[in-house]
Amino acid sequence: MFKVLRDLLKFDGRFRIAFIFLVAVVMMIILSFVSPYDPAKSFVVAMDTPPSLEHIFGTDSRGQDIFWWLTFAVRNSLLMGVITAVISRAIAILIGLTAGYQGGWLDKVLMSVNDSFVVLPLLPILILLGFLLRDQMNLFLLGVILGLFGWPFDARLIRSQVLSLKERSFSRTAVYSGTSSFWITINEHLPFVLPIVFATTINNMLWSIGMEVTLSVLGLSDLTTPSIGTALYWANAHGALVAGVWWWIAAPTLVAIVLFLGLYLLFASINEYIDPRTRLRLIGG
Amino acid sequence: MRRFALRYLIPRFIQYLTLIFIGITVTFIIPRLSPNDPVEAQIAMMMARGNSLDAQSVASMREALTDMYGLSGSPLQQYVSFWGRLLRGDLGPSLGNFPTPVSEMIGQAMPYTLSLLLTAVIISWIFGNLFGALSSYYPKNRALSVIEVVGQAVRPIPYYIVAMVLLVVFAFFIPIFPFSGAYPVGTRPNWSLDFILTYLQHAVLPAATLVMVGFGGWFIGMKSLTSNIISEDYVVYAETAGLNEKKILSNYIMRNALLPQLTGLAMSLGTVFSGALIMEVVFGYPGIGSLTMVAVYRNDYSMIMGIAIYSIIGVATAVFLMDLIYPLFDPRVRYQ
Repeated sequence: MFKVLRDLLKFDGRFRIAFIFLVAVVMMIILSFVSPYDPAKSFVVAMDTPPSLEHIFGTDSRGQDIFWWLTFAVRNSLLMGVITAVISRAIAILIGLTAGYQGGWLDKVLMSVNDSFVVLPLLPILILLGFLLRDQMNLFLLGVILGLFGWPFDARLIRSQVLSLKERSFSRTAVYSGTSSFWITINEHLPFVLPIVFATTINNMLWSIGMEVTLSVLGLSDLTTPSIGTALYWANAHGALVAGVWWWIAAPTLVAIVLFLGLYLLFASINEYIDPRTRLRLIGG
Repeated sequence: MRRFALRYLIPRFIQYLTLIFIGITVTFIIPRLSPNDPVEAQIAMMMARGNSLDAQSVASMREALTDMYGLSGSPLQQYVSFWGRLLRGDLGPSLGNFPTPVSEMIGQAMPYTLSLLLTAVIISWIFGNLFGALSSYYPKNRALSVIEVVGQAVRPIPYYIVAMVLLVVFAFFIPIFPFSGAYPVGTRPNWSLDFILTYLQHAVLPAATLVMVGFGGWFIGMKSLTSNIISEDYVVYAETAGLNEKKILSNYIMRNALLPQLTGLAMSLGTVFSGALIMEVVFGYPGIGSLTMVAVYRNDYSMIMGIAIYSIIGVATAVFLMDLIYPLFDPRVRYQ
């Protein structure tokens, strides 16, 4: 594990940037546990002061320190991303493995449903859902809902992997030696699929955090919980740009960009690393 | 021809119907998962906003709402009547703008979203593919690597944030583009040259958002597709035969990589459409996205429902149309 990390840091420029960005994100998350301010309380510091040494990102019109508030926001957004990723991975693995291994009409039906979910314009549906659950909505529930919608792309990817694994000789050997199809998928195919699942996890988190931003900006999530989306919502609700409090918008935007680029570059670099052919090219082989 | 229809067209058409069926069913189920009585909640919300409604319009609204949520009868009956109303094109009146029909308001907003979306998708697709192919054919070119890095850096960022950054930079700090809207306040849409020019000026930033976010994906897709093709024997042969580079690039390399990218375009339409909605909110562009925003603020349930249904049918139809033109690009499908 340590050696892999060292190699990646040494050979992959993208991984280096991702590493720096994500260390910054992790630092923020750790700092959220020692925050001097309670994010639920407003008017604890002076209002609308620009960034200074005392308040790195300045303070907002609600009398909160933006930096410390954002430490909670990053933590919550990331946590929601993880919830979504876990749920959607479970569905994607289940559907991908079943469709790929069983084939036939089951495969046809599953993939037809799958393709419909890929193309479905999700935002209007999520807005409808968020609208109806407005009072019950919290970040956990949002994570679950996004998880239920976020699997189709990866299910297709896993299926295509299994289709090729199925033709390999070890699968045949397993079939001829009487292994049940359930154990073949779990023992023989799942280990090959897991690296892809891991890489797509990050991509899925990116997607769900982005969706949270979108829904929160529309006011369709629990607005009292700090998250990157609600940070932007409150800044907009108070007309931060019109009032000239630009740092209120700039700070969450900056944090979001660092988080998104960090996760994305990590995804790109891992994706290349798990493929031995591109890994060789990376170290100039 | 008959074999083509049987093998290609009919499965595509079934997929088209499946997509609409699943989408509409999901929008049917969602309101029924809501734990509170949507009709009473809706009326309470409208009253709380201080709307002075007389008893009669409350009663007619309650009836309209119960009807619209389709809450009378067994779930199966509800489901059937839900489809019945849809097939008649009846989405009910807007609750925020009672009693203007939802379909009329969506019809007014649709041209703005559609024109912007189509232009932006086509631009980003063409440029992404072109630069992607160039960058894999000329891997040492500096300018192309800069374009690649920028494209990849913007790609993972949500539409909302890219739009926000563009707005702050190009309308706030360097005010060369207008803040919001599709045309200046006070003018009426018409076909004069002046109006078209301001319309275009207003569309630059929203379109740029969609293009910037979309570009990186097409770029990287084309690059990885062509990186396999450039080492193929027929490309090497064409090169040694001294064919001109432009011709090799367009006829030998790009053409073969274009098909998966076309499929990708069809697959991404739903996502791009969602992105366009949120981009409109940032720029106050008077399309479907802004309509959604207003509907959310006004608790206009029927409008949100209508927008969800329209977008599902719209995206499904677009994907189906792409499937129909696909054989024009792929001779294998035609002669199968």
